[in-house]
Amino acid sequence: MRLSYPSSVKVIQVPCTGRVDIIHLLKAIEDGADGVYVAGCLEGECHYLSGNLKAKKRVQYVKKVLKEIGVEPERVEMFNLSAGEGPRFAEIAREMAERIKKLGPSPVNMKKAA
Amino acid sequence: MIIADRKPLEEIMQMVKDSNKILILGCKGCVTVCNVGGAKEVGILSSILKIARKKEGRPLEVDEKTIERQCDPEYIAQVKEIVAEYDAVISMACGVGPQFLSEAYPTQRFFPAVNTTCFGGATQHGVWSERCAGCGTCVIHFYDGMCPVARCSKSLMHGPCGGSARGKCEISKDVDCIWDMIVKKKMGEGHLEDLMTMKPTKDWRTARDGGPRKSVREELVQ
Amino acid sequence: MKDLKAGSNLEKVLKAGHFAFTGECGPPKGANIAHLKEKIAHLRGVVDSVNITDNQTAVVRMSSWAASTILIQEGLEPNFQMVCRDRNRLAIQSDILGVYAMGVRNMLCLSGDHQTFGNHPQAKNVYDIDSMQLISLVKKMRDEAKFMNDEEIDVAPKLFIGAAANPFADPFEFRVYRLAMKIAAGADFIQTQCIYNMEKFRNFMKLAVDMGLHERAFILAGVTPMKSVGMAQYMAKSVPGMDVPESLIKRLRGAGKGKVAEEGIQFAVEQIQEFKEMKGIAGVHLMAIEWEHRVPEIAERAGFLPRPKVE
Repeated sequence: MRLSYPSSVKVIQVPCTGRVDIIHLLKAIEDGADGVYVAGCLEGECHYLSGNLKAKKRVQYVKKVLKEIGVEPERVEMFNLSAGEGPRFAEIAREMAERIKKLGPSPVNMKKAA
Repeated sequence: MIIADRKPLEEIMQMVKDSNKILILGCKGCVTVCNVGGAKEVGILSSILKIARKKEGRPLEVDEKTIERQCDPEYIAQVKEIVAEYDAVISMACGVGPQFLSEAYPTQRFFPAVNTTCFGGATQHGVWSERCAGCGTCVIHFYDGMCPVARCSKSLMHGPCGGSARGKCEISKDVDCIWDMIVKKKMGEGHLEDLMTMKPTKDWRTARDGGPRKSVREELVQ
Repeated sequence: MKDLKAGSNLEKVLKAGHFAFTGECGPPKGANIAHLKEKIAHLRGVVDSVNITDNQTAVVRMSSWAASTILIQEGLEPNFQMVCRDRNRLAIQSDILGVYAMGVRNMLCLSGDHQTFGNHPQAKNVYDIDSMQLISLVKKMRDEAKFMNDEEIDVAPKLFIGAAANPFADPFEFRVYRLAMKIAAGADFIQTQCIYNMEKFRNFMKLAVDMGLHERAFILAGVTPMKSVGMAQYMAKSVPGMDVPESLIKRLRGAGKGKVAEEGIQFAVEQIQEFKEMKGIAGVHLMAIEWEHRVPEIAERAGFLPRPKVE
């Protein structure tokens, strides 16, 4: 559709968000990402039945753990949309980029904070 | 199997606050099965600690290793060459692991990352419930395969007490009253008389009350 | 009077065929003996004996044995209570000898509310033996003059053994059998959990009478007068093993502001009248905790006074 979304958002494609695990989200934060989000199918419409539900639980777990160590849980998020919703995809990207901009650089990312 | 829950992150952070380089040692036994201390969880804890310490501006170097079990000397021996390289070692095994490690490597500090709770099994994906109290004198066959020592909050031998309501224990609606289950099963099978006999008082000597226990297989000891 | 196991006032009253009336008092949350004496003064001459609770609802209070001895000093008869939650078999047998030596003659054998209910939930759980085994133990000590380990006792404790019964806990069908077990184990008298669902209780007593349990032990019906609608609602919702019918809550609400306590007492008095006529009931156990000053009035209205004096 050639819609634009912020260049600060880097997309990693997976066959199903069920493939995304806790360690992937943590590693992203560890390696300096200011935010990471998971965009999965609408609930009830997962092509692999419940992959997006598993992803949702994992995102919740990571949020909880980050809060425990003093990193804003809002830096990690789960979104649901249909594969055909191009504009929604771009909208989510903008929404998350805006959110992260407001939060500022990740407290983990010492280089940028300095 | 043995069930454990990971300690609060703050507590674990406190354990390694003076360390710059640590090893997190996982176990492929029970803690892998209950998803708290296997290779995957070692990776997760490692990442969490690194994030937290990066945030503090005091990066933590973390190595990860998972061995078969931490309750057998031959597996404990596998970390012999590397154990001295670290300021501290976190063990994600049950309470046995850090103790065996401490005995084998007395000059190193070993920290437990999990709180070991009980013997139990999976009752649902992601949920493990207590089934055995390790009393040393198993009597479940007298109660149609159910253990009142472990599963009755008061370990009654002639339950249920007056607090049993709608199949739940008085302490919480999340706890089933095992005596309700035992009574219903026995009465349903027409074996009420089994419940009406007086059980002798329990000999707690075989339980932890009698002191730390040891099991010896004479036929194997050299 | 022959065949007395302990010779307590309660035992004599029951065995002489009178309708017994027992009360209850919680020991102080401290060593405030003066307050304890004040409370029990209301009960003097009004009841045959007084239950002294043992860390009731797992809240720490002065021990039942100590408060019981104070009652004896004040000229009242205590029903010493012991729960299995806080003591192992050594302390249990030791306390039994102790209370008997201090003049206690009635003892209730209970499991005890789990410590999570109380003000020290972190405490270690004992439950070395259960209430059934405790009843059996007291009987063994009394009738065989033997400790649990079969060693001889040098002057055996002669106690009138009591136990609790809760007809309202689950599973209902089993409750009467459990009561039968307690009596078979050695219980001489039974006090039930406080009753509000009269229908259910009548059914329970029918089963108990059919089994002849009333001929082997004295069954006392538990009564706790409702002080307020709030109390009724709390007991209905938050106390395990308690059965409070909606009709009672409605009745109390209908009494109108300021008149609920009176309605509660009225209900209690009506219950007592029915218990006096009910087959198998040998007496009433009134639990008017922290309401001891109303007990003489209830006793009067229920026709309990004067209490019989049996030699």
